Amino acid sequence: MMPDLGKYWLEVSASYGVSLAILGGLVLLILRRSRQVRLQLAEMEARRTRREAADG
Amino acid sequence: MIALFLRDLRLAIRAGGGFGLGLGFFLILAVLVPLGVGPEPQVLALIAPGILWVGALLACLLSLDRILALDWEDGSLDLLATAPIPLEGVVAAKAAAHWVTTGLPLTLAAPLLGVLLNLPAGAYGWLTLSLALGTPALSVIGTFGAALTVGLRRGGLLLSLLVLPLYVPTLIYGAELVKRGAADLSTATPLALLAGITLGAVALLPFASAAAIRINLR
Amino acid sequence: MSLWEYANPKKFMETSARIMPWAVGLASVTMVTGLVWGFFFTPDDFRQGSTVKIVFIHVPSAMMAINIWIMMLITSLIWLIRRHHVSALAAKAAAPIGLAMTVIALITGGLWGQPMWGTWWVWDPRLTSFLILCLFYIGYIALWQAIEDPDTAADLTAVLCLVGSVFALMSRYAVFFWSQGLHQGPSLSLQTGERMSHVFRYPLYLCMVAFGLFFLALLLIAVRTEIRARRIKALEARERMG
Repeated sequence: MMPDLGKYWLEVSASYGVSLAILGGLVLLILRRSRQVRLQLAEMEARRTRREAADG
Repeated sequence: MIALFLRDLRLAIRAGGGFGLGLGFFLILAVLVPLGVGPEPQVLALIAPGILWVGALLACLLSLDRILALDWEDGSLDLLATAPIPLEGVVAAKAAAHWVTTGLPLTLAAPLLGVLLNLPAGAYGWLTLSLALGTPALSVIGTFGAALTVGLRRGGLLLSLLVLPLYVPTLIYGAELVKRGAADLSTATPLALLAGITLGAVALLPFASAAAIRINLR
Repeated sequence: MSLWEYANPKKFMETSARIMPWAVGLASVTMVTGLVWGFFFTPDDFRQGSTVKIVFIHVPSAMMAINIWIMMLITSLIWLIRRHHVSALAAKAAAPIGLAMTVIALITGGLWGQPMWGTWWVWDPRLTSFLILCLFYIGYIALWQAIEDPDTAADLTAVLCLVGSVFALMSRYAVFFWSQGLHQGPSLSLQTGERMSHVFRYPLYLCMVAFGLFFLALLLIAVRTEIRARRIKALEARERMG
C-alpha cells in the first residue's frame, strides 16, 4: 500500500511525520486545556450553587 | 518637552545611567566576532557591515528598558501622562534622548570599529550615513517595545523578543546600503527605504507607544 | 441577524456548541481524505520526484500561517474599536495555531527544497519571511502570557498585532530585496510558469479547505475554553470579595 517514494523517501516521510506530529500535539494541547478549564469551571459553579443554597 | 529631553539625557549620562554601556558592548562585539569567525581579512571584510549593524541593534537593546522603567517605578510616568505636553511628545522626547545617548555614539564609533573588522575603504561614509539614518528608527521602535512591557518586572527579555523582529527592515536596508555603497552599486533603493522607515516610525510610532503607556497606566 | 450578535459570549457559546460537531466532522473528513489522496494516490513529478507530495502539507500550512495572522489583525482591530471580548479571545486562541502552521510550513519548506538545494535549509526569501513571521507569532503569544490583567493584555497584544503587521509586511519586501544578492536558481515554487496538473491540483485544493476547516474547528474549541477561563477568573474575583 505504501507508495514507492524513491530516493526522497526521507524528506517526504519526515514532512508528513513531523507535520502530523505537530498538528496532533496542537490538538492534544488544546483539548487538554479545554478539559481542564471545563472541569474547573464546573467545580466552581457547583461550589457557588452549594453556597447559595446554604445561604438561602 | 526640551526640558524632558535634557533631563533624560542627564539621567543617562550620570553614573549608572548606562551611557557607556552600549558603546562598550559594541566594542566587545567587534572583538568577539573576529575571535569567533577567524582573522581572515577577506571574510571579515565581507561580514563587517552586517556585524556592525547587528552590533548597533543589540547595543541599542541594552538601554531600552531604562527609557520608561525608571519613571514607571517612581510614579513619574503617571505625572508625565497628565502633564500639559501630550504623551506622544513625552515619548518622542524620551526616544530622542535615547538616540543621543545610544544611537549617536554608536554611529560615531562605528568607523573605528570598522577598522578592526577590515571594513572596505569605500564603505566608511556609507556606514556612517546608514547608521545615522537608521539608529533613530531603532530608538523609536525600541521605545514602543518599552511602552508595551513597561508594567512588567522582568520585561527585558520579552522586550528584546518583541523589538528584534521589528528591527528587521531597518537592519536589512541599513546593511545593504553599506554593502552596495562599498561595491559602488546603486544605493538609491536601500537609502530611500531606510530613510522612509525611519521617518515613518518617528512620525507614527509615538502614537502607538503613547497608547500602550496609557493602557499600562490604567 | 447581524454578525455582531455572536460577539456576545453567551450567544457565542450557544452557537459554537451547535456548529462544533459539524466543524470537527468536516475537518476530520477533509483532512484525512485530502492527505490520503495526496500521499497515496498521486504520481511522482518528473522533476521533483516524490517530494511533490510535500506540497499537500506545505502550501495549505503556509496559507494558513498568513491567513491566521490576518484574522488576528482583524479581530484585534475589532477588539480595539468595539471592545467585544470574544474578538480579543479569538485572536489569543488563534495565535498558537498560527504558530504551529508557520513551523510546519518552515519544516516542510526546507525538506521540499532539499532535492533542489541539497541542504535542509536555504535563506530563500519566502522561507525567510516565514521565519520572521514565526518570531512575530512567538512575541505575540509571549506578551499575552506575560501580562496579568486580561483586558490590559488584550489591549497591548492588539496594539502589538497592529504595529507588528505593518513591520511584517515591510519585512517581506525587505527580505525579497535582501535576497537579490543570492545568485541561486529557482526559489521555492511549484512549477515555474506552468500550471499545475489537475492530478495535483484537486487534492491540493481539498487539503487547503481541510486545513482551513481544521483551523476553524480548533479555534472554536480554543475560544470556548478562553471564554470559560474568563468566567473562572470572574468567579474567583467574586469569591475573593466574599
